[in-house]
Amino acid sequence: MLGLLLSRLATAIPSIIGVVVVTFMLTRLLPGDPAAYFAGLAASPQAITEVRAKLGLDKSLPEQFVGYIGDLLQGNLGNSLSTGQPVVAEIATRLPASAELTLFALIVAVAIAIPLGVLAAVKQGTWIDHLCRIVTTAGVSLPVFFTGLLFAYVFYYLLQWAPAPTGRLDVFLSPPTHITGFYLIDSALTGNMETFWGALRQLALPAISMAIFSLAPLARMTRGSMLAVLGSDFIRTARASGLAPRTVVFTYAFRNAVLPVITTLGMVFSFLLGANVLVETVFAWPGIGLYAVNALITSDYAPVQGFVLTMAVLYVALNLAIDLLYGLVDPRVRLDA
Amino acid sequence: MKRRSFFKAGAAAGAAVTTAPAIWSEAKAQARNETLLIVGESPPNSMDIHGVGANRPAYEVSWNTHDRLMTYGVKKDANGNDHYDYTKLEPELATEWDLKPNSVTFKLRKDAKFHDGTPITAKDVKWSFDRAVTVGGFPTFQMKAGSLEKPEQFVVVDDNTFRVDFLRSDKLTMPDIGVPVPVVMNSELCKKHATAADPWAMEWTKNNHASGGAYKVERWQPGQEVVYVRNDDWKNGPLPKIRRVIMRIIPSAGNRRALLERGDADLSFDLPSKDFAELRSSPKLTVIGTPIENAMMYLGMNVNQKPFDNVKVRQAVAWAIPYQQIMDAVMFGQAIPLFGGADNKFKGVYWPQKDGYKTDIAKAKALMAEAGYGNGVETTISFDLGLASTNEPLTILIQESLAQIGIKATINKIPGANWRGELLKKNMPMITNAFGGWLNYPEYFFFWCYHGQNAVFNTMGYKNPAMDALIDKARFTSGPEYEAAVKGFIDMAFEEVPRVPIYQPLLNVAMQKNVTGYRYWFHRQLDYRQLAKG
Repeated sequence: MLGLLLSRLATAIPSIIGVVVVTFMLTRLLPGDPAAYFAGLAASPQAITEVRAKLGLDKSLPEQFVGYIGDLLQGNLGNSLSTGQPVVAEIATRLPASAELTLFALIVAVAIAIPLGVLAAVKQGTWIDHLCRIVTTAGVSLPVFFTGLLFAYVFYYLLQWAPAPTGRLDVFLSPPTHITGFYLIDSALTGNMETFWGALRQLALPAISMAIFSLAPLARMTRGSMLAVLGSDFIRTARASGLAPRTVVFTYAFRNAVLPVITTLGMVFSFLLGANVLVETVFAWPGIGLYAVNALITSDYAPVQGFVLTMAVLYVALNLAIDLLYGLVDPRVRLDA
Repeated sequence: MKRRSFFKAGAAAGAAVTTAPAIWSEAKAQARNETLLIVGESPPNSMDIHGVGANRPAYEVSWNTHDRLMTYGVKKDANGNDHYDYTKLEPELATEWDLKPNSVTFKLRKDAKFHDGTPITAKDVKWSFDRAVTVGGFPTFQMKAGSLEKPEQFVVVDDNTFRVDFLRSDKLTMPDIGVPVPVVMNSELCKKHATAADPWAMEWTKNNHASGGAYKVERWQPGQEVVYVRNDDWKNGPLPKIRRVIMRIIPSAGNRRALLERGDADLSFDLPSKDFAELRSSPKLTVIGTPIENAMMYLGMNVNQKPFDNVKVRQAVAWAIPYQQIMDAVMFGQAIPLFGGADNKFKGVYWPQKDGYKTDIAKAKALMAEAGYGNGVETTISFDLGLASTNEPLTILIQESLAQIGIKATINKIPGANWRGELLKKNMPMITNAFGGWLNYPEYFFFWCYHGQNAVFNTMGYKNPAMDALIDKARFTSGPEYEAAVKGFIDMAFEEVPRVPIYQPLLNVAMQKNVTGYRYWFHRQLDYRQLAKG
């Protein structure tokens, strides 16, 4: 098992090196001059030259690259110019914000999508199947930023049920003591229930808007995969042997149908984590997507490189975790094959 | 469980559920009354105005948390709102000063202290001024605008007396000491965090304060919020009325408006013109729009390229711009027109002012024919995509109008990050852009935008020795001679039109009705010290 883990990790190394080189080159090839941008409004050419030297941008590309790699090996991703903070620290505070939102949205989506998909497959052609179809079609056709804006307008502006979309916490609450960076977990661990409820209330709308979007592929995949399994010979045999319908559906059919659902889950998760910029913008969520986009707009190299690198590492870890999960769910899957 | 105890438990649980939120909201209401919540679009990137690339929100942090030697007085503007008065310098850290032809001597307040309790002395002032003229970049540049260039100019006479020696007689020297850059920092505290490579502790001050101003930063979450508390020991002005200020970043403009309209936020600058125009009629909010001094939106033409090297073509363009349409459809009336004056001449010693151009396509066509471009010409018109909400519709309107006089302009959208770099190259044939100067003097604007020194903001690459002579004369003279010089360069700018003034933008702010004391400042950031809520 350990050997397997290591060999899988080893195969990931070339792709990570590739990501490092490509992001370095790409950010330098982008149009835009950070020195001119950060020299300020009333900058003279010599002021811009000074800023350029200060940022190390007057050196040749290979020199800059060697410097970058050296820093990287020491765990230093550089400083963001637009927020003035070390990129590592920023990602460390922003990644949990995105992860908390994404995981929460995914849990909501799974809790709805899987039962819905299973029921739709078992009771094919009934109202619940139609409901599943409607929900999934609506889910994929409503972009997240649209549902997000709509929810903020209806539930905050008109009805006042939801709190103001001001980020992870109400303005007058202090963030909980930092343990995991997940506000819900941290506030629960420290017994700070006011913050817990505050964080949960803030989380509800963005998480639901994202859940609606991610629900669709999950429910459809569950339904399709369940239908295929339910039509296969071993289910017919199980039914003919007089097993209870519950046992047939859950013990035999569902366990066999869940594999593609896990694959989809992994894809949806990684997609959401990087692509929830729009939800983060609508709800002022201080997440990693918003951070990366702001950095791109200002030609702020270091955060863009840090973001891409973090995402690459995250994808590698996620794929590995999903592969391992396959083995646990279905003993027929041979990982080393 | 017995039936009765079940009911009891149920009732108790019910009571707990109904009372818990009530206690919470009461505490919240209390905090709410003492706090000013500002919602904005872009976060500060530093706590130090001298830092590399410190942005405008960082100026606001610096302005409210630091002292300067002098500040500006206040007057009422045409609408009866408070407006800083650039003609009146008033005491802040300095209680009085003695202005001589070759120097100025400041007496410092004796009981003023930094946030850590250290008394503020003249050596702190010198250290801070030395820092501003030494570290390079924007602070050094801004100091230079007032002929403050060398550490030798700053002299510690004794603990409470500080002298600035002048390099030359420059009327911008005194006003420049009141701008956000020359802040007074706690030199001993900074020196503790200085290193050989970083003698001015620039790294440390990026995230920390060595200041003594009216507010202290209680919490800073980069990219998210800044929380301030009042410094109750502040001596350098009347104690501010608001105890806490929270500046929260809300990236979506729609939500900033929603927060204001629902009464959840107190104040915001960052809304689109259309929203400000609509909110003006809202009974719940106060909207104040102040013309931004010494600023204009303009169309610039590159005078070193064909066809704009021909003054007739430039005048034709000035006659072809759809001014009124821009005012109505792009700005929703939220700007001051700079066109359609009685004539194309100087109207007084102030800037910006109306020129004589208005939309007259026939006249423009005639000028094009005279210039020899009767058959039309092709060019491009560029704008900064970072400010697309205004620039894009404005540029499209101009493009349509120019097509009528035979100028076929392709629109070139340039990403915000790239804009400064492109301006520096000075090879864009035509641009729409805005510029504003801090110090409210016509010659200050002209020095940046029309002078042959060719600063970044002379985006037209305009060089005219006669113009330069007039600008230089205005900088160092006064009285009738000064007025004649200003008249000279304004007339010349209108006649030659390398840039066509379109409108003077407004600085708009929307706030709750119970927020009072808002004051317009030349730096266009919010001064928390004069605000009150109640």
